[in-house]
Amino acid sequence: MKKFSLLSTRAGAVFLAPAAALVGIFVIIPFFWVIFVSFTNQTLLGRTALEPDFVGLQNYVALFNPATFFTRGQFGFSLVLTIQFVLLSALVGQALLGLVLAWLSQAVSPSLKTFLQTTVIAAWILPEVVIGFAWFAFLDYDNGTLNMIMRSLGLPPGDWLLQQPFRVIVFFNTWRGAAFSMMLFNSAFQSIPPSYFQAADVAGASSWQKLRDIALPLIRGHIVTDLILITMWTFNVFTPFLLTNGGPSYRTEILSIYTYRIAFKDFEFGKGAAVGVVIMLINLVFALAYLRIARIKTAEAE
Amino acid sequence: MQISRAVYVQRLGFSAVAALLGAIFALPLVWFAFAPFNARAELGLAIPKPFTLANFATVFQNSFAMQALFNSLVQALGGVVFVGTAATLAAYALSRSSVPGKGAVTYILLLFSSVVSGSAAMVPIFLIISAAGLIDTHLAVILVFAGGLLPTAMFILRDFIDAIPRSYEESAMVAGASPLQAFFDVALPVIRPGIVVVVVWAFVNIWGSFLIPFILLRSDNLMPASVAIYSFYSEAGTPIVTLLAAYSLLYSLPVIVLYLFVNWKFGFRFFGGIKS
Repeated sequence: MKKFSLLSTRAGAVFLAPAAALVGIFVIIPFFWVIFVSFTNQTLLGRTALEPDFVGLQNYVALFNPATFFTRGQFGFSLVLTIQFVLLSALVGQALLGLVLAWLSQAVSPSLKTFLQTTVIAAWILPEVVIGFAWFAFLDYDNGTLNMIMRSLGLPPGDWLLQQPFRVIVFFNTWRGAAFSMMLFNSAFQSIPPSYFQAADVAGASSWQKLRDIALPLIRGHIVTDLILITMWTFNVFTPFLLTNGGPSYRTEILSIYTYRIAFKDFEFGKGAAVGVVIMLINLVFALAYLRIARIKTAEAE
Repeated sequence: MQISRAVYVQRLGFSAVAALLGAIFALPLVWFAFAPFNARAELGLAIPKPFTLANFATVFQNSFAMQALFNSLVQALGGVVFVGTAATLAAYALSRSSVPGKGAVTYILLLFSSVVSGSAAMVPIFLIISAAGLIDTHLAVILVFAGGLLPTAMFILRDFIDAIPRSYEESAMVAGASPLQAFFDVALPVIRPGIVVVVVWAFVNIWGSFLIPFILLRSDNLMPASVAIYSFYSEAGTPIVTLLAAYSLLYSLPVIVLYLFVNWKFGFRFFGGIKS
């Protein structure tokens, strides 16, 4: 069946042109360019800035060199750190906390719900540098709010950014990003017919039983979507840089910060591009998984 | 009755946990509610005595800081104009025309845009902007953001337009309107809420981000507030807390206002994952 189209193919092409040009230049070309650069020894300055040499797989060999792979400040160390960062702050932190927040929101009074959601969403929408500085003040050794609380509870204060930098960025990213999971699960819970829960109430089910036996099985699709999206975003997030600069001594240098250091502090564009390619490959796996699920869902809806 | 008491205790427990979590989330931000209004603010939490606007007066007199807010505005508005216009036209075409392969286009674009993220694309984006001779210009920042945000913006808008009945435009065209008239006079007013959401989303994204201007700009007089805020550090590297706090609040205001606006107008919910 051929649908009558409101816009001719030619007009459609004209309408698409501006977007195509912008996306082509700033999304598609970078994709191929970064692959190309990763096989060269391009730098910012000097002869290799203008006439980079083709070096084959040299950048990749350097990244995956087993002798230094896990050394601090090297690629492997950053990769392992990033995986831990994603597992702890996205999968455990954001997703689990988001689920708890959404479930609590369904059960408490409207005013408490508004308070809870407002604080969680504020952490998410405020500009990252503002959040970065707020946390810097929050964690300050002498006067920070956290140590003030620790002292008033009789607990030892800590110089958190120096002693526990990795835990700090894990908590920070959990705090910063929980809103997305919370909102996604909120709308998922609201899509469940209330009669299901009413029936469970009549049968005397506890909240935990309702969550485990009714809600969770019904929102399985949302959970998978949430996990994939937050994994992808956390994998690429640069914000911890604003708290720790990747330090002290590379202990919080996740891959995005590592790439920045190699490319824009050491000016080794070739090597930075090679890291970029590895990051893109990992992103690709998650993006394909996400699109596959999104398509299945659309197909089911139609 | 035994059960209702159990339910009551459970409700109470839920409320207590919710209040506690809300408080924990608020804690790192509480400092911000006070410090901007405290003339002697430090990193510690203190109720301002007396309550003062002196910090804001100082920030307003700092021409560099004001210039940075203006730069943020130029870059965010510039980006929004590009994203809004290009996404509206493209989403409309993808929804209403018979351009071949349009079903796959949105998915492929989304795929690319999520693969080519900030950290992976740093190097090639810098090289492209450098090759185009645009390093250290507002235009560079605007174009890079426009390209990066467009796929998601198109995706959100296309969903929105697909949900609008085609009969609106069809009846206009039966009544003698040209396709362009049908787009501008009939479709555009109906799509407007979707465009507003996309525009607000793009604005908040550009306004708040740090990495791209940090990489692409060099001159002080082009820096947006997200980068310029680091100038409120003394030469010894310690922050000038009073000014930083006041400036942070000023810089956050547009985001808060836009959030409240969207929340009031549409109810804050998802439009295809509103934040990247």
